[in-house]
Amino acid sequence: MADMTVNQSAARSKPAVKVNTRAIVMGLYLLFLLLPIYWLLNMSLKTNAEILGDFSLWPRDLTFQNYATILTDPSWYMGYVNSLIYVVMNTFISIVVALPAAYAFSRYSFMGDKHLFFWLLTNRMAPPAVFALPFFQLYSSVGLFDTHIAVALAHCLFNVPLAVWILEGFMRGVPKEIDETAYIDGYSFGRFFIKIFMPLIASGVGVAAFFCFMFSWVELLLSRTLTSVEAKPIAATMTRTVSASGMDWGVLAAAGVLTIVPGALVIYFVRNYIAKGFALGRV
Amino acid sequence: MEKTVNQKAWFLVLPVLILVAFSAVIPLMTVVNYAFQDTFGNNQFFWAGLDWFDELLHSDRMWDALGRQIVFSAIILAIEIPLGIFVALNMPKKGFWASFCLVLMSLPLLIPWNVVGTIWQIFGRVDIGLLGYTLDKLGISYNYTQDFYAAWITVIVMDVWHWTSLVALLAYAGLQSIPDAYYQAAKIDQASRWKVFRYIELPKMMGVLMIAILLRFMDSFMIYTEPFVVTGGGPGNATTFLSIDLVKMALGQFDLGPAAAFSLMYFLVILLISWVFYTVMTNLDKRES
Repeated sequence: MADMTVNQSAARSKPAVKVNTRAIVMGLYLLFLLLPIYWLLNMSLKTNAEILGDFSLWPRDLTFQNYATILTDPSWYMGYVNSLIYVVMNTFISIVVALPAAYAFSRYSFMGDKHLFFWLLTNRMAPPAVFALPFFQLYSSVGLFDTHIAVALAHCLFNVPLAVWILEGFMRGVPKEIDETAYIDGYSFGRFFIKIFMPLIASGVGVAAFFCFMFSWVELLLSRTLTSVEAKPIAATMTRTVSASGMDWGVLAAAGVLTIVPGALVIYFVRNYIAKGFALGRV
Repeated sequence: MEKTVNQKAWFLVLPVLILVAFSAVIPLMTVVNYAFQDTFGNNQFFWAGLDWFDELLHSDRMWDALGRQIVFSAIILAIEIPLGIFVALNMPKKGFWASFCLVLMSLPLLIPWNVVGTIWQIFGRVDIGLLGYTLDKLGISYNYTQDFYAAWITVIVMDVWHWTSLVALLAYAGLQSIPDAYYQAAKIDQASRWKVFRYIELPKMMGVLMIAILLRFMDSFMIYTEPFVVTGGGPGNATTFLSIDLVKMALGQFDLGPAAAFSLMYFLVILLISWVFYTVMTNLDKRES
């Protein structure tokens, strides 16, 4: 906190000191964030004997056996496939229904618009625990239990409102004159929306899709409640490393590392919008 | 932006309305249904009136879980908000290092919640985890499955690890919007670092900070997966928060009536906070335009 007491003029004369305190703070914080992740990665590259044996900060006996186990056993890798299927379905549904709604909210005022917008927010805020049991009964009774579409629809509960809010935030930045000019030029609504409007808010669609993907990917309670075998997500599959012969720590760690990969791959593209996404499009 | 009055806009909202009604209103109606009825199986239901609510309001179990929940959320906010602001103030303003920090900081936010639990479950173990092992070697007794305080500290540190970046990212976005002219003016006035923070940065960050506070409050208020994986609500009931208790009641014991009444009250609290949230958001929008 040294730089808090140093006043502006002093800081100007000694820029090196200031940069260093900042770097130290950030370094420590990032270390705190990355250490547990490193530990998981470290464990995934060890054999179980080494994990439970001597304590070591890095794998002495580097092995990719744990990853091989997951990537060759269908009961393991199908967990990833199942998760990806319902996540992609959910993202697609959410964006498709949210686009026209967000456009309506950003451009028009109509009866009950504010109440509707608020009601959507309450669904984003609703605790999944409240919905676990009724969802289970609802989807069982319509014969959708243990299907990908059930989980995809269930996740719409919080992802559709999120997508509407984020997209509305982006669309509001597009001047209304563009719409009006296009209509005067004889564009129909559909053609205008796809040809002119969509390219203008492309980054918004990307960000909304990213957030839908992410929140569906990280959620466990609903996806676990709504599936048993056929559509079982990877998150639920991970619990099977607990067996009579003890925990298979290496495989558990490898499965964990593999769940981090999709998020880590796309995070670079949305890095400047991530705050906006978390703030529901309102920064 | 001036909005046109157009009632036909309802058609554009209709798909969302139908979809969310299907996944929110119908299940919620089931909950309401159960909350006022009792059953002895075989799908025979009896009107129970307000009995479940009455029972719930007099049950220590619910009040204890609520108490733990409030303490947990309060501690989370007290740590994450100041820490997040502090981190945001120290982040590089632009260039390669800014992107570098943004990407690494976002990483914990994108990890599935049960994996977050697993990471800390492993990390804190005395035999194979770095944290547990180090503490043990330092002579500090630490066992999150047995010890009340160790369990709480683990769950809190885990949440700080998981979500502080969110507060930092929002605060950072707020800081980025401050024009350079403000800082130059402060420099001319020879304002101290503290005064710059107090009178320039904090007021400019207030809007996004309110969002951060509300989001963190809501999400910590319905936390389920992470503590469930790490401690399973234990030792005893030490870390049984509202959602964990509710799931135990609804899916574990299948006590439909009490669980439904519990859900409704839980939902009303959420509704109240959502309304505060909404008001803050709309005020923020107004200030911008």
